[in-house]
Amino acid sequence: MEHYNMNLTLKVWRQKNASDSGRFETYPVKNISSEMSFLEMIDVLNEELIKEGKDPIAFDHDCREGICGACSMYINGRPHGPWQANTTCQLHMRAYKDGDTIVVEPWRANAFPVVKDLVVDRSAFDRIIQAGGYISVNTGNAVDANAIAINKDNADAAFAAAACIGCGACVAACKNSSALLFVSAKVSHLALLPQGGPERKTRAMNMVAQMDKEGFGACTNTGACEAVCPKEISIENIARLNREYMMAGVISDK
Amino acid sequence: MLDSKIPVGKLEEKWVDYKGHCKLVNPANKRKLEIIIVGTGLAGASAAAALGELGYKVKAFCFQDSPRRAHSIAAQGGINAAKNYQNDGDSVFRLFYDTVKGGDYRAREANVHRLAEVSVNIIDQCVAQGVPFAREYGGLLNNRSFGGTQVKRTFYAAGQTGQQLLIGAYQALERQVALGNVTMYARHEMLDVVMVEGKARGIIARNLVNGELERYFGHAVLLCTGGYGNVFYLSTNAMGSNVTAAWKAHKKGATFANPCFTQIHPTCIPVSGDHQSKLTLMSESLRNDGRIWVPKQKGDKRKANDIPEEERDYYLERRYPAFGNLVPRDVASRAAKERCDAGYGVGTTGQAVYLDFKYNLINKYGKTEAGKLGIENPDLETLMRLGKEVVKEEYGNLFDMYEKITGENPYEVPMRIYPAVHYTMGGLWVDYELMTNIKGLYCLGEANFSDHGANRLGASALMQGLADGYFVVPYTIGNYLADEIATKPIPITHEAFEQTEKAVADRINTLMNIKGKQTVESFHKRLGKIIWEYCGMSRNEAGLKHAIAEVQALKKEFWSDVKIPGGIKEMNPELDKAGRVADFIELGELMCKDALDRNESCGGHFREESQTEEGEAKRDDENYAYVAAWEYKGESDWVLHKEQLNFEIAKPTQRSYK
Repeated sequence: MEHYNMNLTLKVWRQKNASDSGRFETYPVKNISSEMSFLEMIDVLNEELIKEGKDPIAFDHDCREGICGACSMYINGRPHGPWQANTTCQLHMRAYKDGDTIVVEPWRANAFPVVKDLVVDRSAFDRIIQAGGYISVNTGNAVDANAIAINKDNADAAFAAAACIGCGACVAACKNSSALLFVSAKVSHLALLPQGGPERKTRAMNMVAQMDKEGFGACTNTGACEAVCPKEISIENIARLNREYMMAGVISDK
Repeated sequence: MLDSKIPVGKLEEKWVDYKGHCKLVNPANKRKLEIIIVGTGLAGASAAAALGELGYKVKAFCFQDSPRRAHSIAAQGGINAAKNYQNDGDSVFRLFYDTVKGGDYRAREANVHRLAEVSVNIIDQCVAQGVPFAREYGGLLNNRSFGGTQVKRTFYAAGQTGQQLLIGAYQALERQVALGNVTMYARHEMLDVVMVEGKARGIIARNLVNGELERYFGHAVLLCTGGYGNVFYLSTNAMGSNVTAAWKAHKKGATFANPCFTQIHPTCIPVSGDHQSKLTLMSESLRNDGRIWVPKQKGDKRKANDIPEEERDYYLERRYPAFGNLVPRDVASRAAKERCDAGYGVGTTGQAVYLDFKYNLINKYGKTEAGKLGIENPDLETLMRLGKEVVKEEYGNLFDMYEKITGENPYEVPMRIYPAVHYTMGGLWVDYELMTNIKGLYCLGEANFSDHGANRLGASALMQGLADGYFVVPYTIGNYLADEIATKPIPITHEAFEQTEKAVADRINTLMNIKGKQTVESFHKRLGKIIWEYCGMSRNEAGLKHAIAEVQALKKEFWSDVKIPGGIKEMNPELDKAGRVADFIELGELMCKDALDRNESCGGHFREESQTEEGEAKRDDENYAYVAAWEYKGESDWVLHKEQLNFEIAKPTQRSYK
């Protein structure tokens, strides 16, 4: 792969803490290699800022291999930047050319308040899982793993839904800041497996209730969530959640 | 000083006997006992869930914004278990034996046997939680092979096994949060252990959002904080992975065992330049289907696909015909280094070898699929297309990741790979009950030293993390806490909390007030280069002595010239990193000291002075069949304690994969 160097202009959202109003700052960055990852480019800028006695840009990141879900930059109006099925940490600078201007913002949603600069608070997702995103089975009372045969198509579909990394790009992309793709991925993962059967109704009801309580918006089937999801979680999961939710409402056996 | 507390009796009966006789805590008393768990990877999350289910009051801490992001999430290939679902001769004994042998006879037999025993329960538990493991068309679980074994015992979920297992444990943990049994503290970093009358009774943690120091009491403290591979700066670990929690415990008296036992993983994407912040693993499971080769001709600059079959050197298959591409990691890594050092490396830097899927794409998968579809005499294109579909299902995410990073399509051209730091077998010394030599302080998962000896086999880290958390510590901790039921919670105003917090605050103030010129990152990079050069894949006496002097000098420079921006009472990632790098520097010195002391080669520890005529690692069982547990005495001052290893069942032999 041919590589090249480039000079860029970055416009980055800076916000000291949750109560600060925040503003864009403009930074030139020079001699960026096309082989760098996007976050390595931010590393280079931060090293410069520190040397100049300025505050480096705070951002969430950890694994840098696209699986932990920590990184969360809104790049030129798109969560995780221009590439399909990708996280910010896996975006590489060959996506850009010399002279480009790149605007970087945090996720924007009422349910994800800004902590500092590009760092947001996504603990609402953890609370949604607490509301029912699990199978209630205590350690030690499981039967043999092969005692339950699971049709491969269902197992594969459950796996595809379970691939969600909880990054929140779906919320950031949605004009209503809806978390329905995230919630539906978890509901689908567990509803598609026989082990998840006993709690299907309460799970769907309780997770949706918690989602509403956290201040996420409603779903209007725009599909922006699916388009930006780094793990290509399908919007079909939302349809499945809607069915689960309806069934739970119609057949209440409590 | 070191009592391993290995139960007496036959190897296969020790754990059963232990469980039958250990002390229990009744449910009413469990509610009065508080347990602190630091780290929420597979070991921490599973322990928090399991102990919460039992009724203990658990406080769990992680530095990430959510427990689901702990670095276990990045494990790719799979998890071993002695289920023998494949009817290919596997058993608890074989898993035990493979692990002891794979670890080059530097692990404890009793711990490893217990690990093999509970491996089967882990798979059952995970399936019950809804972990979507790969399945066959009949609906039953599928397996793949990993290095250092001749059976198929690895369960997997595409190339995302760690993610699926961690999400399972995370969900179990969140369920306990919802039930009020676990309180979760995310974005908190443990900065010291609080000791009261010789027992671990709490921690000081820093809230990483507002920078405040906070005090927490626990009747027992569990460190599940992962490995220290980031001492090398470049590794496959996450950016935040660090040794700080374990190191603070070490400085409070917990001995650190076998720090020089680090694993260099053979198949990672090679370094591309100085800007590089981390390295990315390509799962060992790829060696099931990929063949490793270099050109037979030195400095061959042709493209991989232009080099004809007869001019390729499949050096692992040539040197190790019995295990071929599936030799253990340490062996595969050294073999790659040997070829590159000899001038046969590929790519722009010459520091890479090929991992090539074409042969199996066509011959293994393509032909099988064509056979299933009844296509007679399929052409090459058809075979490639059919083979690709299967490979995509098995490893699609890994192939995509490779392409994003390198810009090359691994279905078409072979991957370029090179060894990189991946895992650390060393860690805090623990006894059979997973307790360190500090009473009430436990260490689980990668952070302890116990199960993998001098080299960990693939797909065994996930197994150990979950074994420790779900199935070992819930029993062993009761044996300790049964005697603590009368201990009332110690108020955090106690002078031990006061003093420990003050010491932590003083250190932070010292760091902030250095106001030097060099960034934390620059020190970390320099440390990494020293350790990689002298305490990496190959070590010798002169180099190690040189490295110790260099690390000591670097430490002086760090404490007089580091520059940390921002303030203390705010979110300040540079300050977080500075504390971690300061600890890595101290650890780096101990690693070199340990490597110097161990004048033998074993597993991942290769001393150039100790090799066979064929260049394989040569153990010295007479002099070094011990666990090296280092006690901290003061700055650059450690005392070595030896725990002799006795092999009653798996008799040490020269490890051979030929």
